Amino acid sequence: MKVKEILTGKKGEKLFLLGNEAAVRGALEGGVSVVSTYPGTPSSEIGNVFYKIAREAGVYFEFSSNEKVALEVSAAAAAAGLRSFVFMKHVGLNVAADSFMSTVYTGVRGGMIVLSADDPSMHSSQNEQDNRIMARLAGIPLLEPSNPQEVKDLMKFGFDLSEQFKIPVLIRTTTRISHMRGVVNLGTVTQGKEKGYFKKDPSQFIVTPAYVVRMRKELIEKLQQIEKKSESSPLNKIIDKGGNEIGIITSGSAFNYVMDVVSENNLKVKILKLAFSHPFPEKLVLDFINNVDNILVVEEVEPVMEKEVLAIIGKYNIKKKVYGKLDGTLPRIYEYNPDIVSIGMEKIVEKALIKRKKLSTKLPLPLRSSILCPGCPHRPTYFALKKAIKKLKLKEEEIIYSTDIGCYALGLEPPYNMGDYCISMGSSLGIGCGFSKATNQKVISFIGDSTFFHAGIPPLINAVHNKDKILLVVMDNRITGMTGGQTNPGIPLDGMGNPAPEVSIEKIALGVGAGLVKTIDPVDLKETEEVFKEALQFEGVAVVITKHPCAMITDAENREKGISIKYTINQEKCTKCLICVKNFTCPAIYIEKDGSVNINPLLCDGCGVCFQVCPKKVIEVKK
Amino acid sequence: MSEESDRGEKMSMKNIYRIQFIGVGGQGTIKASTIVGEAAMKKGLNVVMSEVHGMAQRGGTVVTELKIGEAHSPLIEEGAADLLIAFEPTEALRSLNKINCNSFVIVNSAPIVPFTVSLGISEYPELSSVFDELKAKIKNLSIIDAQKIAKEAGSIISENMVLLGAAVAAPEFPVDKDLVIQSIKENLPPHSTEINLRAFERGFEEVKN
Repeated sequence: MKVKEILTGKKGEKLFLLGNEAAVRGALEGGVSVVSTYPGTPSSEIGNVFYKIAREAGVYFEFSSNEKVALEVSAAAAAAGLRSFVFMKHVGLNVAADSFMSTVYTGVRGGMIVLSADDPSMHSSQNEQDNRIMARLAGIPLLEPSNPQEVKDLMKFGFDLSEQFKIPVLIRTTTRISHMRGVVNLGTVTQGKEKGYFKKDPSQFIVTPAYVVRMRKELIEKLQQIEKKSESSPLNKIIDKGGNEIGIITSGSAFNYVMDVVSENNLKVKILKLAFSHPFPEKLVLDFINNVDNILVVEEVEPVMEKEVLAIIGKYNIKKKVYGKLDGTLPRIYEYNPDIVSIGMEKIVEKALIKRKKLSTKLPLPLRSSILCPGCPHRPTYFALKKAIKKLKLKEEEIIYSTDIGCYALGLEPPYNMGDYCISMGSSLGIGCGFSKATNQKVISFIGDSTFFHAGIPPLINAVHNKDKILLVVMDNRITGMTGGQTNPGIPLDGMGNPAPEVSIEKIALGVGAGLVKTIDPVDLKETEEVFKEALQFEGVAVVITKHPCAMITDAENREKGISIKYTINQEKCTKCLICVKNFTCPAIYIEKDGSVNINPLLCDGCGVCFQVCPKKVIEVKK
Repeated sequence: MSEESDRGEKMSMKNIYRIQFIGVGGQGTIKASTIVGEAAMKKGLNVVMSEVHGMAQRGGTVVTELKIGEAHSPLIEEGAADLLIAFEPTEALRSLNKINCNSFVIVNSAPIVPFTVSLGISEYPELSSVFDELKAKIKNLSIIDAQKIAKEAGSIISENMVLLGAAVAAPEFPVDKDLVIQSIKENLPPHSTEINLRAFERGFEEVKN
């Protein structure tokens, strides 16, 4: 399949789509006009597809500077009567939370969908928060798809629901839905309106106490109305496999595991699948509970529905057992899979469920930690900084490395070990400010270009104003790298590939009054080391911007131009000092079984930094 | 194994065919499995697949799981894979928990040694012992030098197509070869189709014979 087919595919055709791709198609079928995001795994591919097709689709799309801005862009579009779609990873909703909560109060005019891609088991995230709780906190209707087809269909349903009740709608996916591929039956793409018109009404869009007191009441009334909708929605359905001893209530990915275990084992159970799960359909669930002997709730991550079910049981004084996370039938943490659900269900079905003999090995397996790519400009940055620290005879234990969210966080791995603290987007600098005040240790903060624009500017202002002593290294690799390579405000391209003004990190740093500001190309090791030496001795806020394109960009450019430079090690002259392997650690350089050092031409990106690293200069361009 | 579980296993294998691909970031495992999935869809079969994106792609292990048939979840139950395609020898060992002694297993013999081994913080076992271990545990095993075959076919990058060809040659593979070829043509850049198809055919022959 070509990406373009997500737009051009006709009604009735089938595509094998990723959950994230299905979300794009659903938005297009729903007549979306404005789409905004800040990239974050597992939601990123939604943006990557819009980047490629938005212009042709006649949709406005942007990579906003952060999730809060993205949410505001979509909220305004919906207030102006357009259909809008904002998506982010689960923790992105924390960044957007302030405006998210208020937008639920103000409501919308055009349909607005907020998609949160949660990450159970934390495949690429800092926590395992369950944004179904966020839905309850905000008072927003919640939809939970179980596969790509449902992702697409719920997008369209969500727009209609949002418009009917003038409230944004939250769709919660998880990694296993966002990154699940499945057969999707296409519907018709609807062209959204190009421009809306904002009809003024301060009493609806200004959240002063004078107005929000009324809005709060309206919100609760809306939710009561919407609950009637969720009670009768065909999205919430009962699958009757016969028998009424056990009723299973489930949603999202967990539903898939339940279905596979039930059909494989021929279990006689009733299943209530909730895709429209907030406001919780109390009467529907009550009816279901009344028709079974015991209840099992299967859900990822928190016991959200389980507590709702317990509340219903308490409210109606029902004497039935509820199995789930709270009684230990199923695990409290991490994502589920068919095996975990099978083990849980076996505890209550009084029947041995199918278990297969699996194989195992006692051989040691090599550790495949994530590592900076060959040719990555962050590696020479860390290498030069390490050398500068050594030359100035600074003690490693006296330096606090406050790092941030992005590829460069991999600097915490050996041999660099330059990562001591990292909690959230932009935290490197705020945490740095705190350490600067609380200790006499040297503080070095690392942040990427995209993360700097996202949440690095307010703490930089804080550092300057409060006279902190920090070396801030802005690792500007000209892309939002970790999430797969999206544009950001520092790049002369916008979210649709159109030319756009390039925002200068250097000018921002100078503008807010940082004492020392230098921009260097980290691939020049000698110069980089000198600049770091100066910055390390600076008393105040020093900002060093290491500017060099991500290897993903240079590799793609070289491929296009047909340039292929590979380096090799002159075996006769190599003294096997191993500095390139042990201190620089490019994944392309390895030790052969016979002890010789070699460069894997498949991995070598031709950056040539290893030539500078080699003390004997025996690394040369391969002919 | 109890009688009941034995029977259950055979039954489920009739309805659902489970394939796991495992490799290292950058080897093209996701592309290869997507091609299989699309081909299955073309045949009119239901298919679900799980893939890995994000941090793991930077040199880490990449796993994709496919279920062809009436399955809801793409995640393969322990010991249930009908077919395992390992793009790297030690990655085959990492997937042992997903297969049983009757699974069909294809292993690329070309190793990828991670930097952790050079740094001395982990160990890469002797290749011969890896192969001995695989041979001892797996009845239906096919070890092929996909890297060499890809080179001969015209480009080392087509390694994933060699392994895809090998997979299609597995007994009971539920999707027709022609549909897989059609799907390759639709998924990969036209200028590389010739090399990719050559690599695919060579991989297919390697297992078929």
